[in-house]
Amino acid sequence: MIKLVLLAAITLTAAVLVRGRRGVRHQALRRIALVLFAAGAALSLFFPLTWTWAADALGVGRGTDLLVYLLIVAFLGTVATSFVRFQELQHQVTVLARRLALDSAPAPSRDAEPAVPPHPVEDPAGPRTRAS
Amino acid sequence: MPEEPRQELESTWVVVPLYQEVTVVGDVVRRLGRHFPRVVCVDDGSSDGSAEAAGEAGAVVVVHPLNLGQGAALQTGLDYVLRDPATEHVVTFDADGQHQVEDALAMVRRLRSGEADVVLGSRFLDGRTSLPRARRAALRLATLHARASTGLAVTDTHNGLRAMNRRVAEGLRLTQSRMAHASQILEQVADMDVVHVEHPVHVLYTDYSRHKGQSLWNSVNIVTESLFR
Repeated sequence: MIKLVLLAAITLTAAVLVRGRRGVRHQALRRIALVLFAAGAALSLFFPLTWTWAADALGVGRGTDLLVYLLIVAFLGTVATSFVRFQELQHQVTVLARRLALDSAPAPSRDAEPAVPPHPVEDPAGPRTRAS
Repeated sequence: MPEEPRQELESTWVVVPLYQEVTVVGDVVRRLGRHFPRVVCVDDGSSDGSAEAAGEAGAVVVVHPLNLGQGAALQTGLDYVLRDPATEHVVTFDADGQHQVEDALAMVRRLRSGEADVVLGSRFLDGRTSLPRARRAALRLATLHARASTGLAVTDTHNGLRAMNRRVAEGLRLTQSRMAHASQILEQVADMDVVHVEHPVHVLYTDYSRHKGQSLWNSVNIVTESLFR
């Protein structure tokens, strides 16, 4: 029984890894999950035996063991999501930096010798003296 | 070898990805500049003054504000030279001095003859290149992997010396920023339905390049990078 639960959780994690998720629905689901998590944490303070009961129902030895299993799966999920996120971020940085590099490069024009760096344009009238 | 007039190579750009090569890049650019009038170095965020050295030697320098990896530098270089509407051929050339300008010239000549759309340098086609055994093993491994994933019968997948026409250059979209871009290039060439040939090149292993080059460890990185994308 517990094997099925864990297998489902791991599959879900893998699915997250494969298809990068985005959008409102995903964010909403994450927030709901967070609220549920907080509620569960608070409840287990008052009813610590719930975990033992749940563990029994799933065929796990103790409530603590169940928590350890869930923690491992949650950790795996965190690793997966942050990996996806990191890749996205790195891609964005690359695009941005390459754009910046190209924009600040001299144009590959035909008429000007590209090897010569652009010189500041000198005022043909020479340095202007301030009128007093 | 017949000497090309420089004007004939006006429509050929040489793209040199550059990272921390201040001691050799000046020489490399000057040697290229004797034959190729258009050389662009893409400095990948070097902190040793490589960009200035390349600029002084006569190359156009495009500077990445931070280190993004050689694949990104190559893509930036391709984007840059494709901004030039007169560009017909593009050569990629390593900044560390291991490639020979003569090989690059011969490869461009093969492009100009219409023999192929892309000419890939290979150090395993003749006996000129002598390389350390561990390096050879690492390259064999990488080549086997690339062959399996692209279906192209190539002999040296991780050779930075390549020549391609505009069509191929426009078709490349390198997203593998780090070293796995070499096999990505082959994958995209394979998808493009263009004619590719290999050309024997001499890769010069100096103490300098031996010190800097890819190790066996790096081939592990390359394989994992191309698996997780």
